[in-house]
Amino acid sequence: MKDASMFHKLHDPGLSAVTVYIDGQAVAAEAGESVAAVLLRQPAGWSRTTPISESPRAPYCMMGVCFECLVEIDGKGSVQGCLTPVREGMSIIRHMGVRRLSA
Amino acid sequence: MQPDIVVIGGGTVGSAIAYGLARRRQKVLLLDGDDGDFRAARANFGLVWLQGKGVGMPAYQALTRQSISLWGSFRDEIERETGTRLHYEQNGGLSFCLGEEAFEKRSMDLLRLHNQRGEGEPDWEMLDRQALQRLLPKVELGPDVAGASFGRRDGHANPLRLLSALHAGILRHGGRIRHRAHVEHIEPVGSDFRLFLGRETLVAPRIVIAAGLGSPELARQIGLEVPLRPARGQVLVTERLAPFLPLPASGLRQTGEGTVMIGATKDYIGFDTSTTAEAAARLSHKTVRLVPSLAHVRLVRHWAGLRIMTPDSYPIYSQSESHPGAFVTLCHSAVTLAALHVETLAEAIAAGSLPESLSPFHERRFDVPQAA
Amino acid sequence: MNGGHSDVLIVGAGPAGMAAAVSAAGLGLSVRVIDDQVAPGGQIWRGIEAVAASPRLARLGDAYGEGVSRAAAFRVCGALYEPQSQLWQIEPGFRAFVTRDGEARVFTATAVILATGAQERPVPFPGWTLPGVLTAGAAQILLKTADQVPEKPVWIAGCGPLPLLYMTQLLAAGGSIAGFLDTTPRGRMGAALRHLPGGLRRLGDLVKGLSWSRALQRQGFPIIRQVTELRAEGEGRLQRLSYRTANGRGDSVPAEVLLVHEGIVPNIHAPLALGCDIRWHEGQHCYVPVLDEWGEASQANVFIVGDGAGIGGMEACEPRGRLAALRLAARMQKLGEAAADAAARKERAALSRALALRPLLDTLYAPRPQVFAPADETLVCRCEEVTAGELRSRAVQGQPGPNQIKAFTRAGMGPCQGRQCGYTVAHILAAAQNRSVEDVGFYRIRPPLKPVTLGELASLDEQETAA
Repeated sequence: MKDASMFHKLHDPGLSAVTVYIDGQAVAAEAGESVAAVLLRQPAGWSRTTPISESPRAPYCMMGVCFECLVEIDGKGSVQGCLTPVREGMSIIRHMGVRRLSA
Repeated sequence: MQPDIVVIGGGTVGSAIAYGLARRRQKVLLLDGDDGDFRAARANFGLVWLQGKGVGMPAYQALTRQSISLWGSFRDEIERETGTRLHYEQNGGLSFCLGEEAFEKRSMDLLRLHNQRGEGEPDWEMLDRQALQRLLPKVELGPDVAGASFGRRDGHANPLRLLSALHAGILRHGGRIRHRAHVEHIEPVGSDFRLFLGRETLVAPRIVIAAGLGSPELARQIGLEVPLRPARGQVLVTERLAPFLPLPASGLRQTGEGTVMIGATKDYIGFDTSTTAEAAARLSHKTVRLVPSLAHVRLVRHWAGLRIMTPDSYPIYSQSESHPGAFVTLCHSAVTLAALHVETLAEAIAAGSLPESLSPFHERRFDVPQAA
Repeated sequence: MNGGHSDVLIVGAGPAGMAAAVSAAGLGLSVRVIDDQVAPGGQIWRGIEAVAASPRLARLGDAYGEGVSRAAAFRVCGALYEPQSQLWQIEPGFRAFVTRDGEARVFTATAVILATGAQERPVPFPGWTLPGVLTAGAAQILLKTADQVPEKPVWIAGCGPLPLLYMTQLLAAGGSIAGFLDTTPRGRMGAALRHLPGGLRRLGDLVKGLSWSRALQRQGFPIIRQVTELRAEGEGRLQRLSYRTANGRGDSVPAEVLLVHEGIVPNIHAPLALGCDIRWHEGQHCYVPVLDEWGEASQANVFIVGDGAGIGGMEACEPRGRLAALRLAARMQKLGEAAADAAARKERAALSRALALRPLLDTLYAPRPQVFAPADETLVCRCEEVTAGELRSRAVQGQPGPNQIKAFTRAGMGPCQGRQCGYTVAHILAAAQNRSVEDVGFYRIRPPLKPVTLGELASLDEQETAA
């Protein structure tokens, strides 16, 4: 039960299909849809753990006001996944707990 | 409860005095202002700091040293009483120097201050870039960083936790706190004081005015002139990060929560707590010159507060001569001085008169020409 | 970098922002529109241009389909359009600081029209932070923008038109519903009907709403009325949902996705950051900006249109947007006062028609009291993980206000800037201190409105130093 996806897409992206990488894993997506939408189709269910209690969270509002969908996108941390459309080859990293300062 | 003493002002200064009084078994009532008042206590940067302080005023440096020497035991006690951790650390503190010229100037300034003191071993040293890097192994310093001064006695604490703990400590010792209690007027009645709070009046045998920028008007009513002006300071704070900065610097510190505080600006534009994008840009620019990898980190909040600034920037501790039951206490750096306020100052107020060591801080120093 | 000047800067490209832009540009004003999203439409017409060309348009309903022509008109109106632009600070004068593609920009304008819309009212209950709990609006956005539906039959809890509309759209798309937990309290219809005489002007909408309800009832999924309490449980994600009703009945059922909705509230962060006055709207249980008959706020040359002006629904958005444009065109001498007044009369009539049903809807779908009084264990501040219990115990120590509570507990200090906890904190303080919510007040809103990197900020200083 834990490994079932929470959401699924109703159509095949066809020519609009792109591949993005979530924590290094190749995942199918449709050009133009949001990173948060793709994250909600993944079996893991969660898209980050909090910096305080490290409890799992997932996109909640999809309109930019809850900040639960913060992920690292192409090297930039704490980006709102619901406001970011996917692009071919995009790297998406789930934040695990508190961010580390990296050069 | 008829209070022995009413403290007007629930910021860091008033709360520390009220807590010190409550611990000395005084029946204390703390009157705090409204939620939207100017509140330096909620805008504080959180340094417990000695390095560089007291130019031209040796007594201020002595006062600061005394408070810092009391901070550890003060922390232990209030943490035990309230269960609130203050995140106080005294691992020393840095003042970064961008460029060799700044490094030389910093070195000279601190030497001059040391000579002014004229006694004791230096409790600071200049660290060149290599020595600084050894102290900060997780920080990749920007190319312009020439080094830093290092003050052994410096440290930092969480100013909001301090304020919260002081309030909890006051209640624990039987004191009372009222928010939204705006004192409009003070009337001396015999040796007592009548305080007018809207339709309500309170009578107290002794009062302490620690109302920050709201103090001059109240102090005048008990015969004291306290010249003050607001000095705006803007501060930035980032999202939480894993610990990387083991000790605070004068404009950059990582808090116990992991956020990074950056500050502060200083300007005199009156009673205005608006923030400016220029200040945020300038502070950010300086920060990424110090630690370039912070460029990828997100600013979560930017605020401005008003420092309580006297003409010479040093505190005012005064007892009214015409109405000796009334005291006025005003300063910035209320976090550094908190331990002193809880111990020395509260004890003196409880005993009824201020000690000789505080006489340089009487407001009448502003009455006479400064030539002497 | 300096992005340039315009007569009017419009924030938001939803129905109100687009109407304001089309109207202002048509009247000869230079207009720039910045918006969070990749394409125009706002939340109500989210993804409209992409969907317009697909067979999905029909099943999302007529009201959604109306967005096709609006977006097309907006595209050709002559306004400069800056999509995917996040506003993080706006200063009087006006200077708007925006990030687009990781680069900070500054736009200046003589006037500002905030068309920043609404957000769903936060609905805190134990477990609402678990993955699998989303808002109904979020699910609707997933349907519109990604053609995406819950994998298994979904639970929906709440009240208001949006859950009904989403359920209708979901069924049309072939999704399935496990059950609807209707949180509308008992007796609401009776109270609401007092507003019926005014609402009769919008009889068509009433009939449409009732027809959704009846169609849904025929589907056969359980509809549980007068639900008062919710609890989400699970290891790492939602696995079980418990509920109780007003008459004490309850159940605990397996669940993977729960969608909640208790109405919407205006986005007031930008108006507050600009120092605009707000007032408590008793009927809508939220703050609304103080506006004149043209939509101008207490700060001159700041206009607030759309649901950000107070919840009015889609039909109220366009007249509000056009009123602001008319006023500015007259002020900037592109239109005579008399012509502006005449045109405004038409818009005000349309606005009044659009708002006719509002008192009835506000009464019928007023949030249940439990929304504002979550159980002690509930995380009220999702970002800083502060519970209702902690807030309550602090609230009685000397009657602190919301900003003191924020300082002491960190509630509201996270990246969402209090968007998810502000109202709950205010209600908890009000209840504990026996004050009105309006008297308690709200968080002081500080920049940035959206977290911005220090590097983006620093780039603004570097440009000035270089210049």
